[in-house]
Amino acid sequence: MSKLRLLFIKEAQAAYISHLDLLRTFQRSFPRTELEIKHSQGFHPHPIISIVLPLPVGQSSDCELLDFEVTQTTDGSGIAEKLNTGMPCGLRVLDCYEAVRPVRELALLRADLELDYDNGVPEGAAEKLTELFGREELIIQKRTKRKELADVDIAPMIHSVELREEEGKVCGTVVVQAQNPGLNPQLLEKAIANYLPELTPDFVRVRRKELLDAAGKVFR
Amino acid sequence: MDKRLERILPRVQKPARYVGGEYNAIIKDKAEVDTRIAFCFPDTYEIGMSNLGMRILYGVMNNMPGVWCERVFAPWGDMEEEMRKAGIPLFALESGDPITNFDIVAFSVGYEMAFPAILNMLDLAGIPLHAAERKELTPLVIAGGTAMYNAEPIADFVDLVSLGEGEDLTEEIVELHRRARREGWSKDAFLRAAAKLDGVYVPSLYDIKYREDGQIEEIIPLDGAPIQVTKRIVRDMDKSYFPVKTIVPSTEIVQDRVMLELFRGCIRGCRFCQAGYVYRPVRNRSRDLCAQYGVESCNDSGYQEMTLASLSTSDYPQLTELCDQLEDFCAARHVNLSLPSLRADNFSMSLMQRLAKGRKTGLTFAPEAGTQRLRDVINKNVTEEDILQSCRTAFAGGYNAVKLYFMLGLPTETDEDVLGIADLAARVMHAWRESATNKNRGVRITVSTSWFVPKPHTAFQWEPQISKEEYERRVALLREAIKTKTVTYNWHDSDTSFLEAVLARGDRRMGRVLETAWRKGAKLDAWEEYFSLSRWLEAFDECGIDPHFYANRQRERGEVMPWAMISSGVSEGYLWRERERAFAAETTPDCRTHCNGCGANRLVGGKCDV
Repeated sequence: MSKLRLLFIKEAQAAYISHLDLLRTFQRSFPRTELEIKHSQGFHPHPIISIVLPLPVGQSSDCELLDFEVTQTTDGSGIAEKLNTGMPCGLRVLDCYEAVRPVRELALLRADLELDYDNGVPEGAAEKLTELFGREELIIQKRTKRKELADVDIAPMIHSVELREEEGKVCGTVVVQAQNPGLNPQLLEKAIANYLPELTPDFVRVRRKELLDAAGKVFR
Repeated sequence: MDKRLERILPRVQKPARYVGGEYNAIIKDKAEVDTRIAFCFPDTYEIGMSNLGMRILYGVMNNMPGVWCERVFAPWGDMEEEMRKAGIPLFALESGDPITNFDIVAFSVGYEMAFPAILNMLDLAGIPLHAAERKELTPLVIAGGTAMYNAEPIADFVDLVSLGEGEDLTEEIVELHRRARREGWSKDAFLRAAAKLDGVYVPSLYDIKYREDGQIEEIIPLDGAPIQVTKRIVRDMDKSYFPVKTIVPSTEIVQDRVMLELFRGCIRGCRFCQAGYVYRPVRNRSRDLCAQYGVESCNDSGYQEMTLASLSTSDYPQLTELCDQLEDFCAARHVNLSLPSLRADNFSMSLMQRLAKGRKTGLTFAPEAGTQRLRDVINKNVTEEDILQSCRTAFAGGYNAVKLYFMLGLPTETDEDVLGIADLAARVMHAWRESATNKNRGVRITVSTSWFVPKPHTAFQWEPQISKEEYERRVALLREAIKTKTVTYNWHDSDTSFLEAVLARGDRRMGRVLETAWRKGAKLDAWEEYFSLSRWLEAFDECGIDPHFYANRQRERGEVMPWAMISSGVSEGYLWRERERAFAAETTPDCRTHCNGCGANRLVGGKCDV
C-alpha cells in the first residue's frame, strides 16, 4: 500500500471545473494507470482521494496537490504520463510521488494577481493598494457556513503583497495564509471595495503559483 | 478565452458547461476545414451530452475530411441573460466562435417541448428565424431527431429536415451542401436537389391547403418534391459507426456513463409508443461487437458504469450471455452494468444476479395500465402475474424499492382501470410481504402516472387527449384509492402534457403560435422553471388558434394528417388496423413471434432480423 501525491496544473477551461467534478475527472483517469485506488471500508465504500487545498472555481493554479492511496506499493514513477493521456484541456499532471510531508505543514500560498481597469489604471493605484494591504486591520463581510454575513479581519492572513502597474492593469504577487484559516486572494477585491471604492477593479484574475510551509519553503 | 466570457463565467451556475475543452472534444485546424457545422441541441449541456444520437453524429461528421462539427447547447437563463447583456452571440464549444456564419446549423430535436429553444438559439446566434428570410446558402438550418416525424410546427424556421437515422444521410447532405457552395448554386437550387436525397424533407417545397373546418384539404409537393418522404435507417448495426472514443464531460451530466447501444427498434408494438413504431425494424448488434465496444468505451473514458441501452433491453436475444461475456472485465475494472427499460415479463433471477452486485436500490417497471383489459388495448402484453412475479424475484433478491409507471387517459380507460392501478400496487405490496428476504428495512412502492399524449405515427394518432378536468378527476380518484403509506403516488403536471399534445400533432399554423410564445418568453419549456401554460394560451389566443382542435379532437380515418408527407416505413393501414384491434381489446403478437406486416421490413429489403 502506498500513499501518493499528484502535483498538477489547473488552468484555462479546466479552471471552471468544480471541486466535485474534478474529483470525478481524476477518478475516471486512474484506471489508465493500473493502480488500484484504496476504498474506504463500510457500507458505501468510496475511493480515498482528496484535494489538498481546493481551488475556487475560476482561478488557475500551477501547484495543485491531490492525495490518494493505492493498494500496490509504488513510488509513483510513470503515473503522471499515463494520467495525462485522459485529461481535459487545462489539466496536466506534472508529477506523482510518495506523499511524505503531512498536509498540516502547508501554511502559505503564493498567488499572482491581475486587477483589470477597463478605463485605465487610476493614478497611483499600485502604491495605494500596497499601502491598503499593509494595514493593521482589514474588515470584509464574508458569508459564514450558516449563510449569515459576518465581519472578518483579513489583515492577519496577508503575509506580503507586491504590486505594480502594467498596461491597463495592476499586477503583482501576494502571499497569504493557506489554511486554519485560509484566505482566498479573490477576497482582496472586497477589501478594496470597502476601503478604496474608487480603486475597485473591473475584474480580478488569480493564479496560484506556489504552496509554502511556515518557513516559506516550497511545500510538496 | 474571450475576455467578455471570462467576466461572465464567475457569475453563472455551472460555468464548466460553457467552456468546452473536455477529453475527446475535437479540435481542428481551421486552415484545413472548408465546412463548419454547429451541431445544436435545443436543451442544456447536461441533457444534450446525454444523447447518444448526438455523440454518434458528432463522430460521423468529424470523420469527414474538411468538416469541423462543433457542439452548441442552450444556455441556462442566467447565462443567456449575461450573454445578451454583454453582446456575446451563441458560440460553439470547441472553437468558441459565434455560429452566426457557420455553413450548417443542425438541430437534434428529440421532443416537442424543445421547439421554443430552437427559436431562442437561432435568435441568440443572430440568425434570422424564418427560412424564407435566409436567402443565402449559408447558414443552412437543418433539423433531425424523433420529434421531426412531425416537423410542421417548426416548418417555417428550418430549411430542411433529415428523417430517421442520420449516419448516412447527414454525410450526403453535408457533401451536397459543400458541392453547392463550391459551384455557387442558389439556395433554391440546393433545396430542390436536397429534396431528391432519400430521407430529406424540405418544408418549403410543400404547399398546404386547408378546409374551412380547419382540417387539411391537401398537401401539394412542388418542384418535383416527393409526395412522401420515407425515413432512413442503418441496415446493418455491425457496420454502423459507434462512438467508442467519445467526449467525457468534465462536469456531471444526466447520463454520466458509457451508453452501449445493443439494438435499434423494438419487437413489442405497444400501440401508444411512438418510438416503438418509428424506430422499426429491429436490428441487433452482434454480441461480440457489443462486448468489444463496451470494453473499449470503458477503457477510453474511464467510466465505471455502463448502461446497456435500447428501447427494451431485456428483449436483446443474448442479454444474459452478453452480461456473462462482460463479467470478468467488469469485475476487474469495478464497472457496474445498468439496464434501463426492463420488461416485467422477462425479468429473471439469472438476469438480476448479473446486475447490481453491490448496491441494490430500486427497480422500475412500466405496466402502463391498471387492468388486463386496458393493457390488452395498448398491446403492452404484460400480465399481472408477470409483474407480480418480477417483483417477487426482485424482493427475494434483496431489492426493497419498486417504481411502477402508468398512464392515465389511455383510449377506452374507465374508472375501473384507474382503480386497478391502486389494486396492483396493493398486490405488489403483498408480494413483498410474501417474498422479501429482509423485511427490517421496509419497502417503498412508488406509483407514477403521466397523462397520455397521443403521438403521430402511432395507432392512437387519431385519438383525442382527455380533457384536463377529466385527467385531474382520475388523478384524484386514484389518490383516494391508494391508502397505504408504503405506496407513494406521483402524478405528472397536466399543463406540460396538454401543450405537448397540441404541439405533437400540430400543423404548420403552429409556427406563428410558437413564435408568439417565444416572443413572450418561452425558451426552455422542457423545464418546469421556465414553462408557463398561460403564456402559450395567450399566444394561441392572439393567433386565433384553438389548442383543443389539436389536442382533444377525434380524427376520422382518411383525414389528411399534418405529417402525411412523412413515412416511418410503417403503413398507415397497419396503424389503423392496430387501432381497430385496440378498441376490440385484441392483442398483436411481438415481431419475434410472427411478422404482423407493418411494412417496415421494406426498409431492410424484405425480411427483418428479429
